[in-house]
Amino acid sequence: MELGQKIKCEADRTAGFGKAIAAMPGCERLGSCIQCGACSGACPLSIYMDQSPRQVIALVRGDFKKQALSCNTIWLCSSCYACTVQCPREIGITDIMYALKQCAMSERAYPAGLSIPILARQFVRMVVRRGRITETRLVMRFFLQTNWKAAISSWRLGLNLIRTRRFGIRQQHIKQHLELAAMLAQAKNANAGGSP
Amino acid sequence: MSNDESIRTGFYVCHCGHNISDVVDCTAVARYASTLAGVMVSRDYKYMCSSPGQELIRQDILEHKLNRVVVASCSPLLHEHTFRNAVAAGGLNPFLFQMVNIREHDAWVHADRAAATAKAQALVSAAIRRVALHKPLQATRAPIHPDVLVVGGGIAGIHAALTLANAGKKVYLVERQPSIGGHMAQFDKTFPTLDCAACILTPKMSAVRSHKNIVLWTYSEVAKVDGYVGNYTVTVRRKARYVDENLCVGCQECIDACVFKVPKFPDPFNLGMSMQKPIYIPFPQAVPQAAVIDPDRCIQLKTGKCKKTCVEACADRKAINLNQKEQLLEIKVGSIITATGFKLFDAKRLPEYGYGRYPDVMTTIELERLVSSSGPTGGELRLRSGKPPTAVGFILCVGSRDMRTNRWCSRTCCMHSMKLAQIVRERTGAQVTVFYIDIRAPGKGYEEFYDRSLQQGVQFVRGRVAEVSDCALSPDEAGKLVIRVEDTLAGFVRRVPLDLVVLAVGMEPQADAQEMRRILNMSCSAEGWFLEKHPKMAPVSTFTDGVFIAGCCQGPKDIPDSIAQAGAAAAEALALIDAGGIDQEPNTAYIRGEECSGCKSCISLCPYAAISFDAEKQKAVINPALCKGCGTCVASCPSGSIGQNLFEDQEVFEEINGVLDYV
Amino acid sequence: MRYHYFPGCSLKGLGRAYDESLRPVMERLGVELAEIDDWNCCGATAYMSTDHCNACALGARNIAIAESSGPGDIVAPCNACYLALNKTRNCLAGDSATRAAVQKALAVAKLTYTGTAAVRHPLEVLVYDVGINVIKRNVVRPLKDLKIAPYYGCQLVRPHCSFDDQWNPTAMDRILTALGARVVDFPLKTRCCGGSLTGTAPEAGLRLTHIILGEAQRRGADLIATICPLCQFNLDSYHDQIARRWGPARIPAVYITQLMGMAFGLPTEQLGLKRNFLPADKLLAAT
Repeated sequence: MELGQKIKCEADRTAGFGKAIAAMPGCERLGSCIQCGACSGACPLSIYMDQSPRQVIALVRGDFKKQALSCNTIWLCSSCYACTVQCPREIGITDIMYALKQCAMSERAYPAGLSIPILARQFVRMVVRRGRITETRLVMRFFLQTNWKAAISSWRLGLNLIRTRRFGIRQQHIKQHLELAAMLAQAKNANAGGSP
Repeated sequence: MSNDESIRTGFYVCHCGHNISDVVDCTAVARYASTLAGVMVSRDYKYMCSSPGQELIRQDILEHKLNRVVVASCSPLLHEHTFRNAVAAGGLNPFLFQMVNIREHDAWVHADRAAATAKAQALVSAAIRRVALHKPLQATRAPIHPDVLVVGGGIAGIHAALTLANAGKKVYLVERQPSIGGHMAQFDKTFPTLDCAACILTPKMSAVRSHKNIVLWTYSEVAKVDGYVGNYTVTVRRKARYVDENLCVGCQECIDACVFKVPKFPDPFNLGMSMQKPIYIPFPQAVPQAAVIDPDRCIQLKTGKCKKTCVEACADRKAINLNQKEQLLEIKVGSIITATGFKLFDAKRLPEYGYGRYPDVMTTIELERLVSSSGPTGGELRLRSGKPPTAVGFILCVGSRDMRTNRWCSRTCCMHSMKLAQIVRERTGAQVTVFYIDIRAPGKGYEEFYDRSLQQGVQFVRGRVAEVSDCALSPDEAGKLVIRVEDTLAGFVRRVPLDLVVLAVGMEPQADAQEMRRILNMSCSAEGWFLEKHPKMAPVSTFTDGVFIAGCCQGPKDIPDSIAQAGAAAAEALALIDAGGIDQEPNTAYIRGEECSGCKSCISLCPYAAISFDAEKQKAVINPALCKGCGTCVASCPSGSIGQNLFEDQEVFEEINGVLDYV
Repeated sequence: MRYHYFPGCSLKGLGRAYDESLRPVMERLGVELAEIDDWNCCGATAYMSTDHCNACALGARNIAIAESSGPGDIVAPCNACYLALNKTRNCLAGDSATRAAVQKALAVAKLTYTGTAAVRHPLEVLVYDVGINVIKRNVVRPLKDLKIAPYYGCQLVRPHCSFDDQWNPTAMDRILTALGARVVDFPLKTRCCGGSLTGTAPEAGLRLTHIILGEAQRRGADLIATICPLCQFNLDSYHDQIARRWGPARIPAVYITQLMGMAFGLPTEQLGLKRNFLPADKLLAAT
């Protein structure tokens, strides 16, 4: 059996990380957590998470940035808000998960091999370019980049979509997509530096 | 400002340790005050309220022939009395003194040292100019009525009433329910000693009934309170019981004879888990042991068409009086103890726990009745299906420590649940799990009780339960209630199948606490609990002199704490009564006779009925013994012919000028 | 009754049956839906995971276009759109820094956000603006003998639903009762369907879908009624994979508007019922 140290030292912490997350929209009450675990209990996906939502809050508050950004928890969060509405301290846990996702995206700090952030990235790219999402194209692109075998094994789904006339291959787009892209670029600049 | 050359003022500014001096430059304030007209001595000192501080004032009065004193320190509520005494010790009239509050009004609410110091100086300037106009006054002494009213007949009210009665005072004990006993009467056992609740409560309830100094009015409510400390007039509404409690012996023959052969109305004492008739005795140990008739359910009282078999059964005793009417009784008391208790959190407000949806989800108080030998099942714990439970879970902090409902800790639920957990384990052998956020067992013998629970095999899982459902995901969950919770110490989420879920519901202020607060002119905390005068130094007094609080109406607490508080409230009332009288602030209003036009407008405005009309002289007259110095008549008099001691127009104007001068 | 209509990308794609059935049903009830001109994607959860300010700008553009085209509330039938647009409104109302940045971005497109148009779900419009009685009056083919599990999904009622209960919403129950159907007591009404995890992390996502299907089946439902295109897609599209992993739970999921259309006697072919993978045979047979 291999032994590994689990102890964490000051060098493992990123000073100011917790405060920076708490300063992001909807995350103000982060500091009030009493570690009761209601969030983890309420979360329908916590059974697959390597850190429970409660533990993520503890990691963020303790400035353990690396651990908080590299866990699969924030990516398994499906934004169902079950935790947020059950939190006895009224902490915006879902918003904290969003803040951590934004942080992990901008620093590309998400765990390797996790495909969920890749979908988010492709989603954003399609919106910026076209203004709308064409679901079948998005999904195909996603599978091609992450797991082309899965794309092939989903042939039955594809056939069914064709059968029910929902396999839209033509890219949807808005008329003012250039204007929208300019708008988003403008908003992005305003947001620069906001990420911890 | 008065040009009177003879004004010789002494000024003192207190550091109050670091409380004031950290924010206000006290030396600078003293230096500033020394430049003001009439100031002969100006000093700063660490603790003015200490003996050396007071001695300083006395010495200076003698040495510098001072005839006015100003102290800038804390709130007059705390130490005005102290400094007035010090002034009197120096041979001056104690009202030739003015106090400035630079702690609560300045140091504690500001951070900027320069600005706070400037504010202190402005307030000091105002006081020094005002005090020059002060006149010598005499405090009057008002008598105290020796009788006491205790509102609420739970354990706190019972204990307070007995303590006062044993000290020889006459006590009126008013209780809303048909019997005294409160929540404690519903309990099976009490922690941490596990002694039978009824065995320790019933003797006290009987003692109340038989005590010659206690007038017990159950089924009654306080409707109105007038007057002031030492002299309250209270109106009590006695609801119609339809049974004369002095004639009824509690033989229950009327109940047996009732035309309703089978009890069919939910019994509130057993929380609807058993039934009662329209005529009933609330519970076996009820005091008074007398029947009550529910007018909404009695056929005779509702329709006038009943055979009145109850009256027949009572026969010659003639205790039943179906013509009884509600009564309003007026009593005089000198002090009031409020012990109106709490209400339990309504578990339906947290739908995730399934209360009201799943029959085997119940509250701690319901379980308490189910395990009580006088309860609906005679103490046998059964599920709604009739089977005994094999796996029982307690969910703590239901309606406590939760910002969505009540943010406070209800303090008793941890211990209460552990007690019930032990009882359930002893009686049924069921597996018992307590789901908690933090175990709070800080009382004497409480930690040991926690240990005893652990020793008995009660399981403890640290985690706030997220949901109770009947959705089974595996065969072992079928037909069970499944709890979903993170075991925060083990670090993973668990699904726990149970067949009985007990919700440890927290405590809330009574639904009508605000009304009670208005009747007694008390204050409430933001949460709705009655507010004590000082959280540490005056825990059972209120901001209304002569009104005291005890038990859970002040905040959640257990039986030992409620009784301790009740004893303290009784002692405070005794101290008040046995002092023989109270000094009254001479801040009374007076009529400048020659100017009064006799318009009578002040008479109806006076909230204390202190003003009458002298028909012969055609002028208003103020009775200083009744005047509380509220100033309403002074401000409203159209001819400006009412003055008020300590608040003369000139004094107030000088105070304003003092501030404006500084600015 | 006139509303700005924000269909969202799904209602033009995989969830087009929702759009197809919503339009004639609303028309029958006298509700006019004016599609917002050149609307863009709401941003959903993916955008919020990437950039807060941009996510708000996306929502704000749609609201601003609607506001500039006349008075009226916005109707967003997709739960994700409903939440994203409402989240935008809340952020812009409470966070002045984001609001300023978003206004600046909108200025690029000569738009201004005022926050006057509320964002509402068709369920709210149906129950509170149209009224249950009007719905009842339009029923010509009651859905008798159909046992239906009402499934609301998560993002309608959480985190800030203004018109229904967070834990036990009842708007759809009331509509189903009005249609003559039997409403199954369904405790998983607002549990997450798995969202996009059914595609990105099937092991986890499909398990959630399976729990909902299984529980509806255990409680004897013939059908699941949905109000969100992603919920409907997840509940309808993965029966083969679910059966492989946990055993079959074959119960059809349809949109509430399809059920209303059937009860109102609208032509079946107008309601997009043929787009289901698992056909709602009992519904078609019952009416």
